[in-house]
Amino acid sequence: MNDRTTLELLEKPEAPAKPRVDTGYVGQSVPRAGAKRLLQGRGCYVDDLRFPRLAHAAFFRSPYAHARIKRLDLKQALRSPGVIAVFDGRAIAEYCSPWTGVLAHLKGIKSPPQHAVAIERACWQGEAVAAVVAETRAQAEDAVAKVEAEWEELPVVTDMEEALAGRAVIHPELGDNVCFSRSHETPGFAEVFARADLVVEETYGMGRHTGVTLEARSILADYNAAEHSLTVYQATQAPHMMQDIFSRHLDIPEANVRVICRDVGGSYGIKVHVYPDEMATAALSVMLRRPVKFVADRLESFLTDIHAREHRARVRLACTRDGRILGFELDDLTAIGPYSVYPRTSGIEGNQVVNLTGGPYAHQAYRAKLNVVFTNKNVTCQYRAVGHPIAVALTEGIVDLAAAKLGLDPAEFRRRNLIPDDAYPYTFPSGIKFEKLSHHACLDKLLALMQYAKLRQEQQELRAKGVHRGIGLAAMIEVTNPSPAFYGVGGARISAQDGATVRLEPSGMVTCLASVTEQGQGAEAVFQQVCADAVGVSIDKVRVITGDTGTTPYGGGTWASRGAGIGGEAVLQAGKALRSNILDLAAAVLGADKATLEVRADAVCDKASGEARLPLAEVGRIGYFRPDTLPLKFQSELAVTRHYTPREYAFTFTNGIQASLVEVDTDTGFVKLLKHWCVEDCGTVINPMLVDEQIRGGVVQGLGAALLEECLYSAEGQLLNGSLADYLVPMTGDTPDIVVAHVATPTAQSELGAKGVGEAGTAGAPGAVMNAINDALAPFGARVTVQPFTPERILRALGKVR
Amino acid sequence: MEHALDVTLTVNGTEARRRIAPRMHLIDFLREELGLTGSHVACEHGVCGACTVRVDGEIRRGCLTLAVQCDGRKVDTVEGLSDSGELRELQQAFHERNALQCGYCTPGMLLTALELVARRPQARREEIREYLSGNLCRCTGYQAIVDAIEQVLEARRA
Repeated sequence: MNDRTTLELLEKPEAPAKPRVDTGYVGQSVPRAGAKRLLQGRGCYVDDLRFPRLAHAAFFRSPYAHARIKRLDLKQALRSPGVIAVFDGRAIAEYCSPWTGVLAHLKGIKSPPQHAVAIERACWQGEAVAAVVAETRAQAEDAVAKVEAEWEELPVVTDMEEALAGRAVIHPELGDNVCFSRSHETPGFAEVFARADLVVEETYGMGRHTGVTLEARSILADYNAAEHSLTVYQATQAPHMMQDIFSRHLDIPEANVRVICRDVGGSYGIKVHVYPDEMATAALSVMLRRPVKFVADRLESFLTDIHAREHRARVRLACTRDGRILGFELDDLTAIGPYSVYPRTSGIEGNQVVNLTGGPYAHQAYRAKLNVVFTNKNVTCQYRAVGHPIAVALTEGIVDLAAAKLGLDPAEFRRRNLIPDDAYPYTFPSGIKFEKLSHHACLDKLLALMQYAKLRQEQQELRAKGVHRGIGLAAMIEVTNPSPAFYGVGGARISAQDGATVRLEPSGMVTCLASVTEQGQGAEAVFQQVCADAVGVSIDKVRVITGDTGTTPYGGGTWASRGAGIGGEAVLQAGKALRSNILDLAAAVLGADKATLEVRADAVCDKASGEARLPLAEVGRIGYFRPDTLPLKFQSELAVTRHYTPREYAFTFTNGIQASLVEVDTDTGFVKLLKHWCVEDCGTVINPMLVDEQIRGGVVQGLGAALLEECLYSAEGQLLNGSLADYLVPMTGDTPDIVVAHVATPTAQSELGAKGVGEAGTAGAPGAVMNAINDALAPFGARVTVQPFTPERILRALGKVR
Repeated sequence: MEHALDVTLTVNGTEARRRIAPRMHLIDFLREELGLTGSHVACEHGVCGACTVRVDGEIRRGCLTLAVQCDGRKVDTVEGLSDSGELRELQQAFHERNALQCGYCTPGMLLTALELVARRPQARREEIREYLSGNLCRCTGYQAIVDAIEQVLEARRA
């Protein structure tokens, strides 16, 4: 049914996005300047730092999922060679106050106080119970093996339903195991479902998985007792947030805490949380008055890096017999471990699922119920695409099921129900508002790109030959550029605004200091592009500095797909302001009218003729060294700081759609990913190459979730696969080529017009793969709904194993 | 030190003599004893390839090799192979294609790619993917890495 449309689309030249910033580098695939040092092994990750008197921390961790510490004997450990100190939780609590992961806008959320090192009781396997500091990491680990502990095992809660039933309560003082719950219902919901021609229902499961940053969590804390100051080198996404937290929990004035974040070996949301062992490391530095480093080993990473996405969700969809979606119903249950993670809480992921389910579709009836429960497994919190992969998979799964029941092609069913591109601004039944989305443009582009009709035909032909291919679609919406509505309104001291300082150097070069951090995604590169255009200089004249609370403006950092959209706008405004100040100085020097001048190609030029009149090196020389030659009342300002906070919408939503082509071996249950497509609308594309690579990397993390990744626990709460040999992630041979294309709908909230993109790939990929597998299995009447879709689960669905 | 052995390794062309514990891994020797921090530690048991270095011309896992096993042998790391120019083509292609994000896997990826380029000059995409299947990259999704290596191979074949 799409052939005609497809052809038209292919013939039509792509409408260029309206340029939002005049000229130059924005919109170009400029390679990242900062990548060069990484390519030569000259990066500087935390573990690469060398300090005088540097000591190394290692942690004795609970072997039990839930147990009382009856006796802890540290004497043997203390006598171990090279050991400097050994401390239990009480000793560390003298220097580091506990925290509670709750937010006021998540009404009723509760969690007990959490200490850097457990006191009295451990609540998950891997929780730190004692800290050892030694001259080398190897000596610290040797000493950890000599810590003696006697335990009293306590009842373990690992199953979500058991946790909700509450027969054993993990934190008796809280009354039950429910951390947070939320209900939402639109008026008239029950009537809509009662009158619907068709109601379909299915239950989806998502496996608990984790980010697997190749560089493990790393911190080096250096306390200076003479100044009562703390410098922390940390692999973190949010240096200012951590500065505030170290200040408050270690009782050191904010101005005396400096957090420096150099190269970071992958984050994906893993490195934006407060980790007990990292807080303990900072406390150890204060206690011992010397630099202390802690780098998690891989087992510690699996046991203590935040996990995510353990959900079981029952979903219902109501529609008319002619294929119009009337409403969605969601009942989501998720388990988060024994504590809500500080300071973002572990309630956000489930809350996002409630906010986003059904999101791409024009319907007005929605009922949702969410329960977030405590269990004795590692904690969960925000990992790349927070809640989106769950909401997308269950929405797109039920949409496909409804389409199948109605006998409609999945693409056609989506076309009938996606919110029309001219319906914005639009308020979704969960209460969220969309500024401007482009679902239909993206769908059309995707179908053309993948040659959907042809693929369908090919699928039919291959089926006859016993080859079972499946095509899966997944439309999505994505939260980006969050306003203070995400965390700030709940009382979290997490900045929703970001800043940039742009400074002309005496040589005519430009330095840009930005509060958004670089984690490899290319934030520095896009700031360099935006800054070069905004000031009017060539890109090699711009140097970007990030990741240092001692030098950059204050800001939130890198998370929730906000770096380019928020940080980039701050850079743009600071760069424009500097350009204006440069012109003021040039006008004074040249005795010209400022309005006749502009900055172009590293010089102040005459606007009309383009003639270069004053090189920026001259502007710098005069401004800094010869201001005596300027008019008496004129003060040059060759450094400018600007900030930006999105305010008009709580979130600047983006949208997109993905498609997956798979082949299922119905004898072995193995899934081969043949190809993947993503059409995405992130507004202004600052650097197409970096945007596409963000999407591809994100897609592959989503493919891992769909097919491979799961943190497996025994009923006793023991992690069964805490190594990269047992926990599988996509390797080169597992991944298909990924085709990426864009529709550009810039946000009108900012001059730059950029929306976020870092999480889009991860958000949509699992749903697309699930639908593709189920499409392949359709002739067998089999469906899979529990991720990851392992060969075992597929064979079970096919009835080939029991 | 409880028990130590004297070793002499030639690292990036320079002789390094040290007295070390027999349990010290090559990757820790390079990073801790010599300050060559370009090679990284990630999975610590030979799965991810972040610690890949070259011993007597063959790529090895630095986390599965003991430093004492390399006594008298030649070790090359990303630092040395960058300075010598051996990696230049690959580094340029990786840069142009943005075949890296956080860069943590990159030194290991480059060393594996260097061996691939030398030993499989005719390799196409599938073979490149297979050759790299012992190197984990969590950021890129691999496509740009495959593109970059393919570009180098094609330039050499042309």
